[in-house]
Amino acid sequence: MIAWTIYVTFAGAIVLLVLPRVFARWLALVTAIAGFAIGVATFCQHDVDLAHFRTVVRVPWVPALGMNYHLALDGISLTLVLVTGIAAISAVLFSWDVTDRANEFFFWLLLVVGGSYGVFLSADLFLLFLFYELVIVPKYFLIAIFGSTNKEYGAMKLTLYSFFGGALVFLGIIAIYVTGGSLDLNQLAQFQFTPQLQSWAFPILFLGFAVLAGIWPLHTWAPTGHVAAPTAGSMLLAGIVMKLGAYGALRVAMNLFPQGFQMWRTTIAVLAVVGIVYAAAVALRQRDLKFVIGYSSVSHMGFVLLGFATANVFGVSGAVLQMFSHGVIGALLFAVAGRMIYRRTRTRELDALSGMNLSRALPFAAFTFVVASAASMGIPGFSGFAAEITILIGAWKSYPLAVWITGAGMVLVAAFTLRALKRSFFDVDLANTAAAPPEMEPITIPEKLGAGLLMFATLAVGLYPKLLLDRIQPAVEAMRFLK
Amino acid sequence: MSYLELLKLAAPEAIVVVTALAVLTVGLTSTRAKALCPIVAAIGTAVAIGAVLMLPSHANLFGGMLVISPLNSLFKIICLVLALVTVPLASSEKSLRNPGEYIAVLLLGAVGLMLLVGSEEFLMIFIGLELLGLSLYVMAAFDKSDVRSAEAGLKYFLFGSTASAFTLFGISFVYGMAGTTALAAIGQKLAAGPVQPLLAVGIVMTLIGFAFKIAAAPFHLWAPDAYQGAPIPSAAFIASGSKVASFVVLGKIVLVGFAPARGSADWHAMLAGWSPVLAVLAALSILLGNFVALAQANVRRLLAYSAVAHGGYTLLGIIAGGRDGFSATLFYTSIYAVTLVGAFAVVGVVRRESGGDDLQNFAGLAARSPFLAASMSIFLLSLAGLPPLAGFFGKFYLFSAAFRAGGNHGLLWLVALALFGSFVSLYYYLIVLKVIFVDQRSSSTLQPGQSNAGAARTSDFNVSTSLDLFSRITVTLLAAAVLFLGLMPQTLAARILASLP
Repeated sequence: MIAWTIYVTFAGAIVLLVLPRVFARWLALVTAIAGFAIGVATFCQHDVDLAHFRTVVRVPWVPALGMNYHLALDGISLTLVLVTGIAAISAVLFSWDVTDRANEFFFWLLLVVGGSYGVFLSADLFLLFLFYELVIVPKYFLIAIFGSTNKEYGAMKLTLYSFFGGALVFLGIIAIYVTGGSLDLNQLAQFQFTPQLQSWAFPILFLGFAVLAGIWPLHTWAPTGHVAAPTAGSMLLAGIVMKLGAYGALRVAMNLFPQGFQMWRTTIAVLAVVGIVYAAAVALRQRDLKFVIGYSSVSHMGFVLLGFATANVFGVSGAVLQMFSHGVIGALLFAVAGRMIYRRTRTRELDALSGMNLSRALPFAAFTFVVASAASMGIPGFSGFAAEITILIGAWKSYPLAVWITGAGMVLVAAFTLRALKRSFFDVDLANTAAAPPEMEPITIPEKLGAGLLMFATLAVGLYPKLLLDRIQPAVEAMRFLK
Repeated sequence: MSYLELLKLAAPEAIVVVTALAVLTVGLTSTRAKALCPIVAAIGTAVAIGAVLMLPSHANLFGGMLVISPLNSLFKIICLVLALVTVPLASSEKSLRNPGEYIAVLLLGAVGLMLLVGSEEFLMIFIGLELLGLSLYVMAAFDKSDVRSAEAGLKYFLFGSTASAFTLFGISFVYGMAGTTALAAIGQKLAAGPVQPLLAVGIVMTLIGFAFKIAAAPFHLWAPDAYQGAPIPSAAFIASGSKVASFVVLGKIVLVGFAPARGSADWHAMLAGWSPVLAVLAALSILLGNFVALAQANVRRLLAYSAVAHGGYTLLGIIAGGRDGFSATLFYTSIYAVTLVGAFAVVGVVRRESGGDDLQNFAGLAARSPFLAASMSIFLLSLAGLPPLAGFFGKFYLFSAAFRAGGNHGLLWLVALALFGSFVSLYYYLIVLKVIFVDQRSSSTLQPGQSNAGAARTSDFNVSTSLDLFSRITVTLLAAAVLFLGLMPQTLAARILASLP
């Protein structure tokens, strides 16, 4: 049944192209909800084996080359399918005001969503790569057509980075295919690749995927891309697209090349820690609210990579949970900055915002941003805390030093988040308190619904992380590099 | 061997020749009958395709001069289909004042393609090459009202005849060494082991002619001018049919005829032979084609330089060799040809409606004609190798074959280079798509010279004339084919694989 997430989304995208413009957003919303509902329904079924990457569909596709249309599901995939669904619904809700070329907008948006479902569910390496590359072009158009600040530059940079990563992945996948003689991920997971091959193919493959996960120093596409993108675009980028890279790194690179992973994991840990601290420090100096959030995304994705590098169940499960958590929190932060604030004030400059007394003008936006910031900083009770603490426990076993440095980094995260929060909403001009708040269009219902969904998700997982961890952990334990 | 039997086996070629003559006659009779020319040509080509299907599965005449095998028949059909889709382009082109003559020359070129594909003997290959070449020179220079067309024809002719001379020279060397011109016999006669200097000269000379045909660097210099200056259908035919046939023949020559002189292009064990020669051509083409394409402002020139790069990718399969590599090359060159005809068809419509084919003429195409814009993006993204289009699967097939070949992944350097090249290429394809989808059209961006004619024509842009209707239908079919071959590559790949021994 889970395979229908893909079909429904692509079908919705195609129907969008032929339908009149007035229906576009409704159809997009229905499609996104349908995808999420299928994910939730699978989540609620108790007879599904989530500990192993179980085949859902398997149809011969190009038998001459051993390619199959092969989908499978385990706890990791399901978690990411859920976050994709949540991000998709909220992205549609937060683009309710898109009227110019709306069909096209939602078409590209749904292609990103559908391709992401495909990546998370593919059990055939070629199919996974197909979906992975499928997402690249829609991102470009979403940003280049509908974006703001420096959109063409941001879109091109992001696309070229993605494609560069894609080229590395391509090389790695060909190496796997030719030497392993198969494209089936489950079969390949049993295959012993020579250590010599693993030593060079692993870094190529991992780096290729990690470009999309925002690994330092190849992260620079993320802030510019996020800033240039329309609100829904940033939400999808932060919520889903960065997860594609992390997922590929885990499912393909680490799972197929365990020895290569062992050789390189310290390097990964170093890059991850540098990324966490560096991005947080850079975020501290940004003037544009979206840049702050863009760098915070890089910082948070650094935690995912650190979790991978720990190579133990805690660290990796935490990393998967962090993917979910950051998907939700990142989307929420971008929704506030891009839609709730920018749409009304026409500026994202912190200096300009600080004089606007926004907390009184937009109380709901202020509330949402407080929640999002708290979640982003890792306050207990939100998903960010649950995920990051799990990663740090895992890291403590492998790289105690990394935990110390990351701890310092988390202080920086708190610092830049609080700074952004204060400057944007709560920098009340004391001499001017009596003045009436500026007139602004009130927060609309779709915005409230979208923000509510995201806040509910981060809170639910934060309060009861077992909900997801119970499904992630067995799947992680089944992975080969842990044995 | 009676003449009747020969005629039976050469029926497809004969039908196309007769069609060419018929078209010529129809074109001469009256001005009104001119409209019939494309229809006659289409019917004749379709009948010829039917005749290819009726051929026996195996036959070999005159020591390889005319060979009928599943592979040859398959590619005769592909060449005929490429000629068939070029016909509507020609009928839409207003600058061709004598469509009858033009289409007749096109059909003669198609006969050249069929002879090339269908023979495994050097003399016959050379005759096919010349017949094709002569037709293409005429087609490139056909638009007498445009000085660029004359330039294209002349450049193509000068480079082409020089390259042919080299090839003939090389063939004579090989004949001197092997004492025969049949490929299979040459393959047996040539001694395995280190390549003798005389043979090396012969091989390199022979390959030059083909490097010219496939526009591999450094023999590509004609391509940008020919692609840009020639009438659109000529450029499309040069880029598609001519290339496909050349790759088929090139593959046969090196993999069958020069099999013992293969050498090795592995980075850790380079050995003299044809494969390092082709590897150098491929590497140069990939680098030069992609980097120069970055700087182009004219879409046709851009397509020309990207064609150079694609020629380089396609060579990878031949260098890899074997059934796997050759079938990957054949698959890739076929889908490439389909894609490029489609891209040229779009360029043709845009050129007629906006008066030029520079990047700025494409500005805002998405708003003017969403359908053309969508088709163009399918073609360009397939060239860039993005899913779910044919080019994505083609590249995977090609590069994995190249990676598999050689000892210890010796061709890794070429695969990495090709991947790097396709990374670079995405930039310029995206620039075109950016112009189409993002940029707004403003009348001031048009060149002063063309603004009058252009503006007059653009005013009724959405009213597609009946002439353009053919082009539009062709574009639709080709875009659908590219998408279909991307989703179901099996349909073509399995046929090619099955036809290879």
